[in-house]
Amino acid sequence: MSSYIRPIDLIDALAALAESDLTVLAGATDYYPAQVGRVANHDILDLSGVEALTGIERHDEHWRIGAMATWRDLVDADLPPCFDGLKQAALQVGGPQIQNTATIAGNLCNASPAADGVPPLLCLDAEVEIQDRAGSRVLPLTEFIQGNRRTALQPDQLVTAILVPTALEQGCTGFMKLGARSSLVISIVMVSGLLRWDDQGRVHRANLSVGACSEVAQRLPALEAELVGRTDLHDVVRPEHFSHLSPLEDHRGTASYRLDAAATMIQRMLEDLSS
Amino acid sequence: MTSDRVELNFFLNGQRYKMALDPMVRLSETLRDTFGYTGVKVGCDAGDCGACTILLDGRQVCACLVPTARINDALVVTAEGMANNGFLSRVQNAFLRHGAVQCGACIPGMLAAATDIAASQHEPTNEAVMHGLGGVLCRCTGYQNIVQAVLDAGRDPCPIEIPEGHAIGASLPRTDALDKLTGVANFGADAMPENTLWLRAVRSPHAAARFTIGNMDTLYEDHPGLHRVLTADDVPGNKCYGIYPDLKDQPVFALDQIRYPGEAVMALVGERDALAGISDSDLPITYEPLDPIKGMAAAKADGARQLHADRPGNLLIEAALRKSDGDFREATFTATGRWTTGFVEHAYIEPEAGFARRVGDRLEIFVTTQTPYMDRDEVALIMGLAPEQIRIIPAVCGGGFGGKLDQSVQPMLAVAAWNLDRPVACVYSRPESMAASTKRHPAEIDARFGCDSEGRLQAMEMTADFDTGAYASWGPTVAGRVPVHGSGPYHLPNAHIQARAYYSNNPPSGAFRGFGVPQIALAHEALMDDLAEQIGMDPLEFRHKNALRAGDHTATGQLLVASAGLDQCLEALRPHWGAALASVASHNAANTILRRGVGLGCMWYGCGNTGMSNPSIIHVTLSNEGRVTLYNGAVDIGQGSYTIMRQICADGLGLPFEAIEQVTGDTDLTPDAGKTSASRQTYVTGKATELAARDLRQQILRLANADEHAVIAIADGVVRIGETEIALSRLTADEDGVVLRGEGTFDPPATALDENGQGEPYGTYAFAAQMAIVEVDVALGTTKVTHIVAAHDVGKAINPVQVEGQIHGGIAQGLGLALMEEYLPGRTENLHDYLIPTVGDMPEIEVILVEDPDPNGPQGAKGVGEPGLVPTAPAILAAIKSATGVAVHQVPATPARLRAAILKNLDRGRQS
Repeated sequence: MSSYIRPIDLIDALAALAESDLTVLAGATDYYPAQVGRVANHDILDLSGVEALTGIERHDEHWRIGAMATWRDLVDADLPPCFDGLKQAALQVGGPQIQNTATIAGNLCNASPAADGVPPLLCLDAEVEIQDRAGSRVLPLTEFIQGNRRTALQPDQLVTAILVPTALEQGCTGFMKLGARSSLVISIVMVSGLLRWDDQGRVHRANLSVGACSEVAQRLPALEAELVGRTDLHDVVRPEHFSHLSPLEDHRGTASYRLDAAATMIQRMLEDLSS
Repeated sequence: MTSDRVELNFFLNGQRYKMALDPMVRLSETLRDTFGYTGVKVGCDAGDCGACTILLDGRQVCACLVPTARINDALVVTAEGMANNGFLSRVQNAFLRHGAVQCGACIPGMLAAATDIAASQHEPTNEAVMHGLGGVLCRCTGYQNIVQAVLDAGRDPCPIEIPEGHAIGASLPRTDALDKLTGVANFGADAMPENTLWLRAVRSPHAAARFTIGNMDTLYEDHPGLHRVLTADDVPGNKCYGIYPDLKDQPVFALDQIRYPGEAVMALVGERDALAGISDSDLPITYEPLDPIKGMAAAKADGARQLHADRPGNLLIEAALRKSDGDFREATFTATGRWTTGFVEHAYIEPEAGFARRVGDRLEIFVTTQTPYMDRDEVALIMGLAPEQIRIIPAVCGGGFGGKLDQSVQPMLAVAAWNLDRPVACVYSRPESMAASTKRHPAEIDARFGCDSEGRLQAMEMTADFDTGAYASWGPTVAGRVPVHGSGPYHLPNAHIQARAYYSNNPPSGAFRGFGVPQIALAHEALMDDLAEQIGMDPLEFRHKNALRAGDHTATGQLLVASAGLDQCLEALRPHWGAALASVASHNAANTILRRGVGLGCMWYGCGNTGMSNPSIIHVTLSNEGRVTLYNGAVDIGQGSYTIMRQICADGLGLPFEAIEQVTGDTDLTPDAGKTSASRQTYVTGKATELAARDLRQQILRLANADEHAVIAIADGVVRIGETEIALSRLTADEDGVVLRGEGTFDPPATALDENGQGEPYGTYAFAAQMAIVEVDVALGTTKVTHIVAAHDVGKAINPVQVEGQIHGGIAQGLGLALMEEYLPGRTENLHDYLIPTVGDMPEIEVILVEDPDPNGPQGAKGVGEPGLVPTAPAILAAIKSATGVAVHQVPATPARLRAAILKNLDRGRQS
């Protein structure tokens, strides 16, 4: 017999987590698929009753995406332009049923190399708010996800929110996903980007990322630096901008295909964002 | 999983509940097992298929991913709760009107998704519908009619007119649509007896191994709910089964060796929870893995380990066709090529399921199947019982496509229920279904075609090798069909075709919509385009010139006396083809990256078994109360035979469609109408139905000595024949109250093929030509099929909407074959690694029905089940070539493969 708790208060959730080894459920859309053909006997902490973890709100310094906010909540929320890319990703996560239940924070905690939420959140310089009984701390997303299915989260900790700096909110963002079919598909490659321009129409800030081409989605620092100050973004992408990536070879595509596609997609997205 | 129950308050299908439930059980399981809402279908338990989609607070969710606890304070609606006060919801009604239902396994999920869309937008846009349905897979319909239904769901429901006396040719709603739309249809997993035990097969993780089974005592001690472990020793009769009497090589439970990953070694029978608590590592099975033979090259290699003692060289079978001397002397132009295809999974939405129970000295098996009579006979052999001791009751079948022509749960359940004298049930999980079941044969095809300087085909040769996997299954059928169809639907004076099937340590390849013909069509169609190009002819006109026509002899030497409508199909496509060529050229003039292309695919397909008898028998009775009953054993696996036969029966009798009651597929109740495969039911059983109905009509007419044009009407126990009224109670009735019985038997005229593959293997052939338009992103290698126009010679469309539905569904599977479907044993045993088309992958489809009647078919009708699929992949590959210049020789043409081919082509271009 396994245990199941569904607290209402965050403090109770954290207390329970400190006392025993619990499997945390947010949207549950990664939990159940992992149990096919297995006997599930985990002790469960279900966060769906914790009101404090829901909602997407603007604070002074950042936008706060509650840990239980679903992809659908994000799409339905009235948000500034910098969230357009993340919304595009939201509409391509699984199918609508998954979008209605799966959470953005859960996508980060699951830490799949092909997690749809990571590239756009990397471009938004997102941070992850973590709490345990001792208090809360904030980690950059780049430090939160440490590898394939590995995060910085300790067993007694919960992700309580994703924070996106309000400083970026006028940024123009995009997302592109390449899969072998139109929906319900695991990405072969994903790209995302955020551009901000100065008043002369030159790139002031470029945040670019590629997913599914390395254990963890990566920013493209060399290309980002080269773009600053440019007005024309045609033909700017070169293979060496991706040299820090190490894509998988699998039945979805070869490593060289992934890199080739990533370059094409980044170039296209830059042209889309600058048109 | 069990946890302490928690008290929950919720509304479910309009009713308020306050009850304690297990919080972490999947909501799908709670809805099915606690509330009996079996309209919630379980297709994968992983959120990959969407069959279990329900409405939670008005929003679509996969019930398999929702902890039961989360329905607290929520509103839950399943398909069973959508109709109101006896009226279908608007969405349900639209599905009915638009012929959106086929097998029905996806329908409850589709309805939930559609209701969510309709609730958010009164007149949803096409885009909103495509997105809203994007999370529910359908394997039958090609989605087109479902999308139309959702777009039209805002309209007021209107009654459907049934034209009296003209049921044939009318797009009547399916007989079984209401049950499927309201969630009450009982599929294989939906009607388990209360006190049933459960069975779980234990399957080998190795592709090839020797194994030993140790002592079970501790296992029984540790798991009191485990009643029996069954192994090969418990099988009382034949230890092995197989389609052909001389090729029963597949064991119910592995005997001495494992030949494929997923092969059953033993079965655990007991209480459901107890079985769930036993993991494979608890079992006393010791494997000694062997080096697996992974494909045809390894199987053919000198000194390769022989998988079956009586099959040297691992060769299961070889078959050949030789017409004339097969030489190319008259061929001024020749074209050659080599094509390879991989395993393709049927991916029916309903996994294998059923239960068996012992009734005295008989066994009853309720199971999802395409072939109840073959199941009966096979189970009888396995049990050492007489066929009459076995009753097969086919469940509503949630898709088959050939995959439910083989044994799955039947033999294991029979052995278990007989030994334990308790009902025993089994439902495959999705990974188990994919690992254990048969697949489409991977093929390696070498072919050459030649034509003269006028563009007349003169000669062809083809060698097609197939990986038949671990066991024979339907391998011989593939080897039988391939030589007949290798010439394509064209007139060839010289032909030489060889087909071979090799055993390997792969999953058994079996029957899959087309039996090898979709694979070889890739070759003959690409070569038609090559020859047309060489000679400077339009590809459509080249095919038209060479099309088999009535009066021609086929490559088997069969004279086609009538109903060979390929030329008419091509003529119907001609205006579309011309317009597409022009629009594609104008688009490409301005685009170098998003390239469009248009291509053609043609096919022919023999309806029924190849060169052997395959009769169907149908009975229609009139009772002393005036009830007309059709005894229809042609199992409806979604393709519509329970509706089609009623239509044929109604017109054969001259009675209204609704007057025909029906008893469907049950080996105790219905005569043998053969298997639902080989595109044979409309043609073969349809003809038997027509004959049975006419027989009964003649008997009725004789009651009044009326002529054959007399009008018959039956009401209130009285039959009126013209002006004469006869009370049926006055006629002598048998113990069932039957006063008259019409019988019909039809066996299509066919002869066995000789050693040169010559003969008349089929009673009739269906013909088709499809045109595909694609847009290829040459930088990414992605292909979007935007349009398909499908012209099919169906002889006569008994129910046009259903015929179109078959073609739509075939096109979806053909598109999957061309672009995305490839089963990799041990790697893609789920529906997120193995991809089938979603709604957004489908093109706009226009179907053109050509009706060149067959002299034997019912009202001229021929089969259409498989023909829809065959031409699609060739048309798509031709369109890709037209768009990119790249000839694809391996399917699926995934983005990575196509991009690699495009780059290679560019390199070649630079070098030359």
